[in-house]
Amino acid sequence: MRITQGCFSFLPDLTDEQIKKQIQYCLQNDWAVNIEFTDDPHPRNTYWEMWGLPMFDLRDAAGIMMELAECRKVYGDRYIRINAFDSSHGWESVRISFIVNRPKNEPGFRLARQEVDGRNLRYTTVSYATDRPEGQRYSGA
Amino acid sequence: MSNAENIQDAPVADIDLRQEFNEVGIGEVLEQLDRELIGLAPVKTRIREIASLLLIERIRQRMGLTAETPTLHMSFTGNPGTGKTTVALRIASILHKLGFVRRGHVVSVTRDELVGQYIGHTAPKTKEILKKAMGGVLFIDEAYYLYRPDNERDYGQEAIEILLQVMESQRDDLVVILAGYGDRMDKFFASNPGFRSRVAHHIDFPDYGDDELLSIAELMLKEQSYRFTPQAKEAFVRYIALRKAQPLFSNARSIRNALDRIRLRQANRLVADLDRIVTVDDIQSIEASDVLASRVFSKSPASEGGS
Repeated sequence: MRITQGCFSFLPDLTDEQIKKQIQYCLQNDWAVNIEFTDDPHPRNTYWEMWGLPMFDLRDAAGIMMELAECRKVYGDRYIRINAFDSSHGWESVRISFIVNRPKNEPGFRLARQEVDGRNLRYTTVSYATDRPEGQRYSGA
Repeated sequence: MSNAENIQDAPVADIDLRQEFNEVGIGEVLEQLDRELIGLAPVKTRIREIASLLLIERIRQRMGLTAETPTLHMSFTGNPGTGKTTVALRIASILHKLGFVRRGHVVSVTRDELVGQYIGHTAPKTKEILKKAMGGVLFIDEAYYLYRPDNERDYGQEAIEILLQVMESQRDDLVVILAGYGDRMDKFFASNPGFRSRVAHHIDFPDYGDDELLSIAELMLKEQSYRFTPQAKEAFVRYIALRKAQPLFSNARSIRNALDRIRLRQANRLVADLDRIVTVDDIQSIEASDVLASRVFSKSPASEGGS
């Protein structure tokens, strides 16, 4: 099941050329861009691991593409996303976030039912991928 | 080079050279270079040559002929104060107008910004600077400091390796300009042959002559709305000759410093006599006494510095 988080996730995957243009747009707005990765695709998993520090004072997307290429080399089998943070007064938050890399095989989620308080049920979603330990979730499949 | 790519799909048969030249707008930059930079004839010739080559290369791309991105990395050698940084800024704007760098900004760094203090500290630092310079020009001032032959564990070598790699693999993304004093740069290139071969243009900045230094002084004053009186000009000619003979003379930079001190003395002279009306002319003109008060005139030629 293809996970849909952030911008453009209902579109076909962006090509590198398209990613570069999006990043350039971010830089032209003076947003700080950073790269994050994870292998836990749960939609409520908001804090992904950071790939290096956020990149400030860049003028051209080539620098970020260079980092992205390096991140893909190491974590090519995980989800990688690009965030752009707007530090201007009143915003001070992430303005755009989009996935730029996903595992080949996304196994999707199952519904877990928990029986509580008599006949009540609690529902939650669990990714099949997280059945395996961190770091091995997408490497085999 | 996004503009080159857009054009490439429709090769054109003939191009009006003058129109192309005007469209790109390098004419203005070259004229500005001639106007604002005094002397430096060999440097200007070389920049003209590079600009022409780039213009032709651009046309070749449009005509659909084989055009591989020329290597644009440069090295500027010359004594202090001969205008290396200023020229680097101009080069960036020429390259930007011709579309060989995308943004045309200059990131100016020295060893401190590239080389870290601890092990594992250098690579991220160098990479961060490279990322900032992407799409523009990376100007490494006093580049020979990167390599310290006396210390084989020096982290400078690590920075050099990363630089070389990016200079080779991302030629489209950034242009590196190395600058430094002639003899030390020669040693630097001799011990790093990889650099020598990756740098296409070696430009040497000659020292300024006395008359050129005077023109520079007058240009600097004009920019700040000052001017020499005829006597002051004469005194300044003598000042240049004396100052040049002293140690630690650094061409245009020494002239700039001398002018700053002359302005100081001029202001002091004006303020010394408060009971009068000053005219625009008084405020603008620098008298011979302002120049002659300099230490250069009073001390023996062997004395240090010079105010």
